[in-house]
Amino acid sequence: MATKSYQETMSRRTQIMKEAVGIDYDRFRENELVFDYERMMSEVGYDLEEIREIQKQTGVGQTPLLELKNLTAIARKLAPAGKGARIFIKDEAANPSGSYKARRASVSVYHAKQQGFSGVVAATSGNYGAAVASQAVMRGLDSIIVQEVYDSRGKGQPEILEKGRKCEAYGAEVLQLSVGPELFYTFLKVLEDTGFFNASLYTPFGIAGVESLGQEIVDQLREKEGQDPAAVICTNAGGGNLTGTARGLKKAGASETSIVGASVDLSGLHMASDQDFNRKSFTTGHTGFGIPFATWPDRADVPLNAARALRYMDRYVTVKQGEVFYITEALAQLEGMERGPAGNTSLAAAIALAQELEEDEIIVVQETEYTGAGKHPLAQLNFAKENGVEISRGDPESEVPGENIIIPESPEQIKARDLDLDKIRLSYLNKAIDKSGIEEIGSKELKFLAEETNQPVEKVQDMIAGM
Amino acid sequence: MSKKVPAGSWVQIHNIVLTAEERAPQVPEDTGKVPLEMWAKGFLLQEAEIGEQVEIETVIGNKYQGELVDEAPAYDHSFGKAIPELLKIGPELKRMLQDKGGAKDGH
Repeated sequence: MATKSYQETMSRRTQIMKEAVGIDYDRFRENELVFDYERMMSEVGYDLEEIREIQKQTGVGQTPLLELKNLTAIARKLAPAGKGARIFIKDEAANPSGSYKARRASVSVYHAKQQGFSGVVAATSGNYGAAVASQAVMRGLDSIIVQEVYDSRGKGQPEILEKGRKCEAYGAEVLQLSVGPELFYTFLKVLEDTGFFNASLYTPFGIAGVESLGQEIVDQLREKEGQDPAAVICTNAGGGNLTGTARGLKKAGASETSIVGASVDLSGLHMASDQDFNRKSFTTGHTGFGIPFATWPDRADVPLNAARALRYMDRYVTVKQGEVFYITEALAQLEGMERGPAGNTSLAAAIALAQELEEDEIIVVQETEYTGAGKHPLAQLNFAKENGVEISRGDPESEVPGENIIIPESPEQIKARDLDLDKIRLSYLNKAIDKSGIEEIGSKELKFLAEETNQPVEKVQDMIAGM
Repeated sequence: MSKKVPAGSWVQIHNIVLTAEERAPQVPEDTGKVPLEMWAKGFLLQEAEIGEQVEIETVIGNKYQGELVDEAPAYDHSFGKAIPELLKIGPELKRMLQDKGGAKDGH
């Protein structure tokens, strides 16, 4: 790789990204703060019908929606009389690369092919890498995946090592890095050196690809049960899963469905810390991504992030690492479905949230992911032990991320802990106004901020006044 | 002297992307004390010993230089030992399902 200094490459980031993603984001901007999100989504992306066709070509989507009868029965035993919604799960592990990320990759890779790129690059330590690599194979393109894998001792996160292996299984070139946000620098250099397409998770293509998931949930549930879900729970990290699903639900007409984000509580662990890196047992779906991305989406590898969770989230809950491992075991033992832990974050929340809803209501857990060596409760808990994290059974309430993982003693101990969304909205408003440098907040700005936070203009006005 | 790795072998190389001094100002203190490292895999272009600077060609034909660290690098992530804390969850929940008790208020 050509040697280019960090500062020099980073200073050209906007130009490099623009060329590698083929979108002139400036044309959607009205000023330093305001941009037209819906116009960006409709002009750049594809409509839902086109997306379903693109995905059909590569076997993406149309995954089964399954009722979890035994887990529902457990929730009902814990719920007050008459409560305990039926729990359904969208088995996204059935996608070609084993997760819903195939939806997100499908449109980007299709678009890259249409635009004449010979390959695609993605910066991801998650299931998205395998999704891009798999879709690239199907479209005849090369792929490069840039992952954050190791700490300074050279110890790799087992979950990420497995994801790297899977990328290589699909013929991707995998560049593995140690901890740190400067992964972005390597990523930019790769984009520049190869001229490949930036298959970012956060383009309108990626997000539009998830809309089909929301639409399928509505279609399948109406056909099976003749009703819409009372709530759909999305594991939340960068916000794209929730944003795309929510947009699909709305397009399918499920206007009454509550959109709940769920993240694993990793509070206290710094995501860019070399020492904290291997003290966590989840590498995605956690608060270390979920909260920063909700409070400021435009921290991604594209100038304007199409994943904007605050626009859609009605509620945001956290669950503990131990609860997710518990529910992953329960899903295998009670429902006969062995799936990866990270994707079960929203399932852990669903057990608790189902108890708040009526028996005739339906709650949908909108994803599962594949499991295997490294990416499994056994692997992740053994790794935690090796890194000095204590494993025990007890009340998960007292779990301290990085110090211990407490597997519940009973399902009653699984809780969905509400985060204060107004606090998150306020943090977003602060950042949005501060980073834009805008001096005056007029009606246009207020309207934009109200849409960004999904709140009434008057409330946003009050929140800004109180800042 | 370590043995020669033949040209054409599938290998892993390592290099330093940024030294500790070159790292971004916003990284946490512990991360700022260590370099940003990178590992890549590919076919070795010239015969070399472990520890030597070499060039590789990746599966898609890109070339990278770095220190030769491994030949036929393993995937050694696994499942590991049984975790006793998980083993009883299934039986406990099955017992709970068999228990005739209904909703919480009906107990």
